[in-house]
Amino acid sequence: MDNRKRDSLKLMLGMGAAVSAGGILTLPGSAFAQAPKRGGRVRAATSSSSTADTLDPAKGAVGGDYTRHNMLYSGLTQLDASLTPLPALAEEIRNDKATTWTFKLRKHVKFHDGSALTPADVVYSLNRHKDAATASKVKTVAEQFAEVKASGPNEVQVKLVGPNADLPVILAASHFLIVKDGVKDFTTANGTGPFKLKDFKPGVRTVVVRNENYWKPGRPYLDEVELIGIQDEPARVNALLSGDVQLIVQVDPRSTGRVNSTPGYAVLETKSGLFTDLIMRQDAAPTGNPDFVMAMKYLIDREQAKSAVFRGFAVVANDQPIPPSHRYYLAGLPQRPYDLDKAKFHLKKANVSGNVPVYATAAANGSIDMAVLMQQSAQKIGLNLAVNRVPADGYWSNHWMKHPLTFGNINPRTSADQLFTQFFKSDAPWNESGWKNEQFDQLLLAARAEPDEAKRKKMYGDMQVLVHEKCPIGIPVFISFLDGHSTRIKGLVPTPAGGWMYYTFAEHVWLDG
Amino acid sequence: MADKAIAARLVLNRIGVGALTLLIVSAVIFTITSLLPGDAAQEALGQSATAETVAALRAQYGLDKPGPVRYANWLGGLVTGNLGQSFSASMPVAELIATRLPKSLLLASVTAAVSVPIALALGILAAMARGGALDRALSLATLGMVAVPEFLVATVAVLLFAVKLRWFPALSNSLDIKDAGQFFRTYAMPVLTLCFVVIAQMARMTRAAVIDQLSASYVEMAVLKGAKPARVALRHALPNAIGPIANAVALSLSYLLGGVVIVETIFNYPGLASLMVDAVTNRDMPVVQACAMIFCFAYLLLVLVADLVAILSNPRLRHR
Repeated sequence: MDNRKRDSLKLMLGMGAAVSAGGILTLPGSAFAQAPKRGGRVRAATSSSSTADTLDPAKGAVGGDYTRHNMLYSGLTQLDASLTPLPALAEEIRNDKATTWTFKLRKHVKFHDGSALTPADVVYSLNRHKDAATASKVKTVAEQFAEVKASGPNEVQVKLVGPNADLPVILAASHFLIVKDGVKDFTTANGTGPFKLKDFKPGVRTVVVRNENYWKPGRPYLDEVELIGIQDEPARVNALLSGDVQLIVQVDPRSTGRVNSTPGYAVLETKSGLFTDLIMRQDAAPTGNPDFVMAMKYLIDREQAKSAVFRGFAVVANDQPIPPSHRYYLAGLPQRPYDLDKAKFHLKKANVSGNVPVYATAAANGSIDMAVLMQQSAQKIGLNLAVNRVPADGYWSNHWMKHPLTFGNINPRTSADQLFTQFFKSDAPWNESGWKNEQFDQLLLAARAEPDEAKRKKMYGDMQVLVHEKCPIGIPVFISFLDGHSTRIKGLVPTPAGGWMYYTFAEHVWLDG
Repeated sequence: MADKAIAARLVLNRIGVGALTLLIVSAVIFTITSLLPGDAAQEALGQSATAETVAALRAQYGLDKPGPVRYANWLGGLVTGNLGQSFSASMPVAELIATRLPKSLLLASVTAAVSVPIALALGILAAMARGGALDRALSLATLGMVAVPEFLVATVAVLLFAVKLRWFPALSNSLDIKDAGQFFRTYAMPVLTLCFVVIAQMARMTRAAVIDQLSASYVEMAVLKGAKPARVALRHALPNAIGPIANAVALSLSYLLGGVVIVETIFNYPGLASLMVDAVTNRDMPVVQACAMIFCFAYLLLVLVADLVAILSNPRLRHR
């Protein structure tokens, strides 16, 4: 053992997050200056709820599912507001060359049915994702688990097929929350989470009540949470402002003024890594031409997209996918400007004329407006971009990446490795533009295996430069998540991977007054 | 006794035609939904679909079998009273329907109880005063109501009564209604919105049907013999106009059962229409089929009742 290099999670990922002796997550920010109060009921509305609502963490597809799962289950790790992983059900995490990971489980953790958390539960919960019959959303991620086994009375060992220093971040995803060993029937939920299930009607509502035996002492503060879905944005805002619900997701930028100007209500902006990107396929004309790609990148008026399309609730991006809020963001990469002269120069070099169709859809947030902005700019340099508006239903299977010029929409990933692996690696099925770069692939594998934080950050920085310079996608802005809430709800702070504190609000917030 | 025989023959005849209609509708719905891009397995997995998981899920759902076999299986289940298992909710379709159908029926019946009397009264009034100021005012009002889309009515109602005045909740999704006051508060706005749509249609049809009769010669006779206008309209013209009126009412009511998806969406009301829309989005065939069957059945039933009402109320048909 002596010659093995072992790092504790806290040392390896010591990013300044405060972990108290009990391992309780504490979040920075003035919201916590006030003493939390216990009690009360919150009714919260997500944007989508249907009969596909599920109690199975592996099948979580939308924010409502993630929220429900985070209320009912706990994971081995948990993310703080800077997306740094903290121990949760695992109280200690060791690794050997980022390939063999050992999780020492917290003692005296009980499931809602009273049974104790055992290594078997963790082994089952992680292994079930590899079974195709589970229909897990993270099957491809779980395939890197070569072996998951109990390595002691209170210990689980995960052997990976290759090194991955980001495993603690990956395991914090709601899909990897821990369920009871052997459970196949998810008509009810038996977890170790902060709330117990009281009522679940898919497409109608989820009601949960406080778990008095939750492993974090004093949490949660709320007695009860009801989760519903309201698809229609104006109806959602109206429900908030009429007092029917206290918390909503996805406030349209146009409604922010209305919410903020109503006494007792406010909008919380979460700057995030969510983006809608312009995809230029490498295997098609004219988008396979590097000069045409550069012309399109210079045609994007990012400031205008930010102010006109998103009313300022966005951060100007630079054609690479890591947002400024991320710990691996490379500061100092020169911003690509909106430059019609350069666009014209490259367009002439590419020798493209006539009609170039671009496909935009409501399914990719803001893509229609951004396409129209680009169309207007393109006209000024003599290029006719024909904007095809296609329906959101079936967009991802029928249009996305299927035409030379389409829009994609990528949700924030907590792990930089995951984001780059899924969308930029040469052989990734969702490498949107079909970009192939050997240097990038090598860096990606090296960074995945690198336990040294500073070296990793440098590698991810180099990858951001490569994507910015060479990858044929245009990322105009990072879009903010906008939550609407009653000001009686305290303790709500932005967590840059998604709305509603990355769908974990229920265990953190309390009601005032 | 002739009326009973006619009614019995009609009912029997309609049951036969109805069963055939349901069969055809189910086949058409099945074919059209299988033409939609993507299936339940792909929709469930979304972006994270891999060939292997899609195949596994298809096998779980029985989607790996050819279409005609799946349809035959479904039909066999239906005949034995088994609606099958929902793909997306992984629970029996009957259980899903059981939570939604009573809600839809309740909303439809409350709306009908409010709207039908008002619509008939307005229509008869307008017919009696045809060409007069009242008729023109009512015409303008009902035309206006038909022209305003229901999402606008609903949204304005929410803004006014829920957000500004705070009289009613913005959502009508309460599952545990305890007393009459709460019932009223929950149903006031959706019912108001739906009345807006259906009253106008029914009133206009009623007016047209009654006016049609009022211009007939037997009505002229009644007027000549000195009957008062109200008596002419209610005793002489109305019984003959009941057929078309009943049809108009039946059409409006069938709309109330299955066509109220906008109202269900805005007020977050857990009814059948939104269940069906969900099911189409998720390509959840058993649920789509079950909902389609219910809507089709309700429509056939309402039309049958309308025809029976027409026969039984019309002296000429009754005694033929």
